[in-house]
Amino acid sequence: SSHEHKLNFKKSKEVCLSYIQDAMLQKQWKRAAEFLTFYVESLEKDFSTEYMGPSEMIWRIGTEILCHHSHSSMKEFNSFIEQMKTLGVKRYLKVCLEHAFHLLCNGLIDEAYQNLSLAESWRFGEQTVIQDKEMKLIQAYRGLLDYYSWSKQKNILLEHGHDGFEDLSVEQEMHSCFRKAAVNLKEIIKIPGVWDLFVKCYVDLLEFYGDHNEARQVLNEYAYNSKFPANPNAHVYLYQFLKRHGESKKSLISALKILHDIVPSHELMIDFNTMLQKSKKRKKRRLGLEVIFAALDYAGWKENVKAWNCLARQMKQIVISGKHLDWIKQEWNSRKDWWPAFHFSRYLAKRNWQENESLSYEKAVVAGILLGKDCKYFKYISHQGCKAQVKRFRMLKKFVNKHNPVYLRISG
Amino acid sequence: RDFNERCAQCSEVNWGLTDGGRFYCRSCHNVTERTREVVNTDFISNTRVQTISKGLRKQEQNDGGCEWYVCEGFQLVLKKQAEALEALGVCPQMKDEILCNFWRRYLQKSKQAYCNRPAGETVKTLSVCDSSTDVESEPERPSLLHLLSLSESEGDLQTDCSFASSTSKVSESTSVCSGSVDGSLYLMKNQKEKLRMTMPMTLSFCYMALLWLREPMTLSDLLRFVVEGHIPYLNVFKHFPEKMKLCGLDLKIFCVESWPVYEEVYNKMLELAVFLDLPRFPDITDSCFLHPDMLCMKYLMEANLPDELHNWTCRVVKKICIGEVDFLTLVPGNKSSRKVKYDVLAAAVIVVALKLLFLLDDHYEWLLSDFAEERNKNNKEGGPYFEFKKWYKVIKCSLDVEQKKLDEERAKYLWRCEKPLFYSARKKSKVLKRRQMVVNLQNQFGKLSGSLRPAEKPNPSSFQLSWSEENTDGSCFHGHSLKGILQEKCGLLTAMNPDYWLCTVRLCTEKLCGHLAHYRGVDFPQSYHFVLRLFSFLLRIQPSYIHDEVCVIEHKLFHKKLCKKRKHNPGLRK
Repeated sequence: SSHEHKLNFKKSKEVCLSYIQDAMLQKQWKRAAEFLTFYVESLEKDFSTEYMGPSEMIWRIGTEILCHHSHSSMKEFNSFIEQMKTLGVKRYLKVCLEHAFHLLCNGLIDEAYQNLSLAESWRFGEQTVIQDKEMKLIQAYRGLLDYYSWSKQKNILLEHGHDGFEDLSVEQEMHSCFRKAAVNLKEIIKIPGVWDLFVKCYVDLLEFYGDHNEARQVLNEYAYNSKFPANPNAHVYLYQFLKRHGESKKSLISALKILHDIVPSHELMIDFNTMLQKSKKRKKRRLGLEVIFAALDYAGWKENVKAWNCLARQMKQIVISGKHLDWIKQEWNSRKDWWPAFHFSRYLAKRNWQENESLSYEKAVVAGILLGKDCKYFKYISHQGCKAQVKRFRMLKKFVNKHNPVYLRISG
Repeated sequence: RDFNERCAQCSEVNWGLTDGGRFYCRSCHNVTERTREVVNTDFISNTRVQTISKGLRKQEQNDGGCEWYVCEGFQLVLKKQAEALEALGVCPQMKDEILCNFWRRYLQKSKQAYCNRPAGETVKTLSVCDSSTDVESEPERPSLLHLLSLSESEGDLQTDCSFASSTSKVSESTSVCSGSVDGSLYLMKNQKEKLRMTMPMTLSFCYMALLWLREPMTLSDLLRFVVEGHIPYLNVFKHFPEKMKLCGLDLKIFCVESWPVYEEVYNKMLELAVFLDLPRFPDITDSCFLHPDMLCMKYLMEANLPDELHNWTCRVVKKICIGEVDFLTLVPGNKSSRKVKYDVLAAAVIVVALKLLFLLDDHYEWLLSDFAEERNKNNKEGGPYFEFKKWYKVIKCSLDVEQKKLDEERAKYLWRCEKPLFYSARKKSKVLKRRQMVVNLQNQFGKLSGSLRPAEKPNPSSFQLSWSEENTDGSCFHGHSLKGILQEKCGLLTAMNPDYWLCTVRLCTEKLCGHLAHYRGVDFPQSYHFVLRLFSFLLRIQPSYIHDEVCVIEHKLFHKKLCKKRKHNPGLRK
C-alpha cells in the first residue's frame, strides 16, 4: 500500500482499478461491483490516449461482474450492454458481437438473432470500413443462426412426413433460411481462419440440396489451402465427407495421411491403420505399422483395446509370414528403451489383467513378440490366463514359444 | 436606494431594482437604462468592502448568466471556505474581519493594474478568438491554443483544446472562451510579480488567517478537513450562483484535480505574507495551541503514549530554545529565521524524545521493554510501567487498520459532482450524456455491491485516533509510567539509555537539493520507520518531512558535541 499523501485524479482511478482487479481475481463480485461504482466517473475524463481507455475497461469489468454476480439478471445485463454500445463508436460492433454470444450462452437465441441483425444494419461512415472484420463475424454468426432455424424446420418436415399444404410455409421458410445462411457462411470461410462450425454447417446445407461438388471444393479448400492455419479438423471433415460418399480407399487414405502427420494420436488412426493393413501395396502396409505404433506412443491410448488389437494383428501376420521383420525392428528401435516401462511393467500387467482381460490379451501378444516369452508382462499374463483356463491364452503361449527366435532377431 | 433622480415619466423618486439590475420606477414602472454599479453583494457579506467598479455591465445574457470576473469567483470560494471553518468551530472573526482584510489587501496589491484598465479592453481581447484574421494582424496576442498550454496543471485539460480551433468559426459571444470575463487574460499575463491567485492559494489564505488568529488548527488539520470534504475545495463551483457560468478557461482556474500539497500551500502562504506586506504576526506564546508543548501533548495523546513523556518533550523544546516566542512567531520577509511548521515540529520533537529514551535501534527498545515487563511483575501499587512492546503491538494493529481504510478511501475518492462542466457549448450535450451514463452505472453496480454508497462524510474531528482509559483491555497507555525505563541518578530520574544515534551527520543545504536530509527507507532501524510512519499517517505528510525536522532538532541538540567531534561515528554519548 502506498503511504503517499498526494493524490490526483489519474492516480486515484489507477488505484481504484487495482482494487477492482484484486477483487475479481478473488471472485469477490460484490466488492468488485462496489469499487466499480467509484471507477465509472473516469468516463467523464476519457481521453483515451492510452490503449486501454476507461470505457473499454468498464465494459469488460462490468461484463465479468454481471456474469458472475449472483444477483444480476439478464435484464440488467442487457441494459448495461446497451449503454456500453453508446460509449465508443470504435468498439460498437465488438460489443454487439459479445452481447450476442452472451445471449446465446444463456439460451436466448431469438434475442441474439435480433441483436445480430440490428448490428448488421449499422453504418457509421469510415468506421464501417474499419470494422469490416467484426461485421463479417456478425454476418457469419447470423448465418449460423439461420442454419440453426433451417435445421429445425428441416426436422419438423422430416418428422411429420408430407402432410399437405401446411408444410408448404415451413418448407418455404426453410428454403429462405437456407439462402440466407448459405450466403453468409460462404463469405466467412473464404477468409483464412478456423471456421470449423461454419464449415460443417455449410457442408451440411450443400449436401442436403445435393451440391456435392461445391461441398467437396469447400472442404478441399479448407484442408489444403496453405493460407489457412493447420487444422486437423479440416482433414477429419474431408475424410468423413469422402467416406459418406463412398470414395475410393485411395482418396480416403490420402485424406488421413496429413491428419497422421499433424496429430498422430488422433482417434481416426485406428480406421487409418485398418485400411492400410489391408492394402495390397507394401508401402501402405508399412505406413500402417508406423501409424499404429505412433498412436500407441501416447498415454491416452494405453488402454485402447482396439488399437492394441490392430497392432497385434499386424504384428502376428508379419511374424507368421516371416517377411518384413525389419519393419518391426525399425519401429522398435526408437521405442525399446521406454515402451517396456511405459506399457509392459509388472504393475500394469496386474492392473490390466484385473481390469480388462481383452486388453491384457492384446498387449500380451505384442509384448511376447517384442520382448520374448521371458518378459515380465508376458509371463504374468500368460500365466494368469492359463490358470484361468482361457483358451486363447494357451494358444498365445504356444504361439510365442514357437516364434521366440523372432524376438531374438528383433532385439538384436 | 441611493439613486435620487426623478423618474422621467412620473417625476417620482421611488425606485426599485429589476432582476436585471436596472432601476425601475415603482409608481409608473418605467425602466431606466441605469444599472447599479456593483460588486454584487451576493458575493461577499461585508458591505464595507471596497467595491470594484465595473461601469456598465450587462446583468443578463441569453443563458441567464451574468458577467463575472475571476477574482469574484475566488472571493466566493474564500467566503465559502470561511463559512465552513466557522462551522468547524473557528471564531467568526476569521471570516468577518481577518480573511476579508487579507483579501482586500491582496486585491489592492495585485489589482492596481486591473483597476486602471477599462472593462471594455478586456472584452476586446476575447474577441480575438472569434476570427482568425485578428491573430495575424496583432501578432503579440497569443492564440487560445497557446493559452491552454501555458498552465502548469496536468495534461488532461490540454488535450481537449481541439475546441479552440473550432470556436474561431463559431459565434461572437464572449462566453465562448470562458464564462468569466477575464479568464483568458488571467491565464495569459505573466503573473509572477503579482502572485496570481490559484485554488491551492485559497487554502494559503485560510491558513494565514488561522495563524493570525492563533486558532487551534494546524495546516495538516486544515488539509485533512479539505480532503475529507468539510471545507469546499474540490468542485467548489457547486457553490457558485446559477448566473455565474463556468466554461472554457475557467475550468483551468477553478477545477482541482489533485489533493492540496502541504509544502505548496505552506510556501505560498509565506510568499503571500510577504506580498501583502504584513507585519509580524501575533505572538505564539506557550499558552497557544500551536506552541510545541501544547501540540506535543495533543500528539502524545493521539499516539497513545504516556503522559509522562510530555516532561521529556518539554525538556527537548527548552534545551534547543524552540519554545521561544521569537522563534515561533512568523515574521514575513525575515529570511534569516527558518520558518516553522508547527505540526511537523511537534511530531519531530516526540520522535527525538522517543529516541532519547528508547534509542530505537531495533535492539535496545525491546530489551528495555522486557526489563520493564519484569519490573511490572513486582509492581503492585501504582500504575503499570510502560512497555514498548505492548504499545507497539496495539499501535501497529490500529495503524494498519486505519491505513488500510485510508487506502481504500483514496481508491473510492469521487472527483466529479452532479454539476458537470464543459469547455464549450458544443461539448455540453456530450458531457451531460456522459454524466447521465455515469449516474446510471453507479446505480446499477451500487445495487450489486450490496450496500448503498454512504453519502455522509465522516464527522470532522481533531483526533483521528482516540484511546480511552476506561477500556479494560489495557490498550490505553496514557497513564502508564516511564519509571520502568528510568533510573535514579543524583536524585534525578534519567533515562537508562546512554546512547543516541544521529539520523544524519551532516545536514544538506536546502538550496541544492530541496531537502535537509535524505530519508531512504533502507538504512534506518525498523522502529524508527514505524514511529515516522505513525506520525506521517496522523499528519498526512511524507515521512521524509518529519525526518528532515528530526535531523534539524538533533543537530541543535547535539550542536556542541558535533562541533567538537567531526568524526563519522554516528553514535555519540549524551
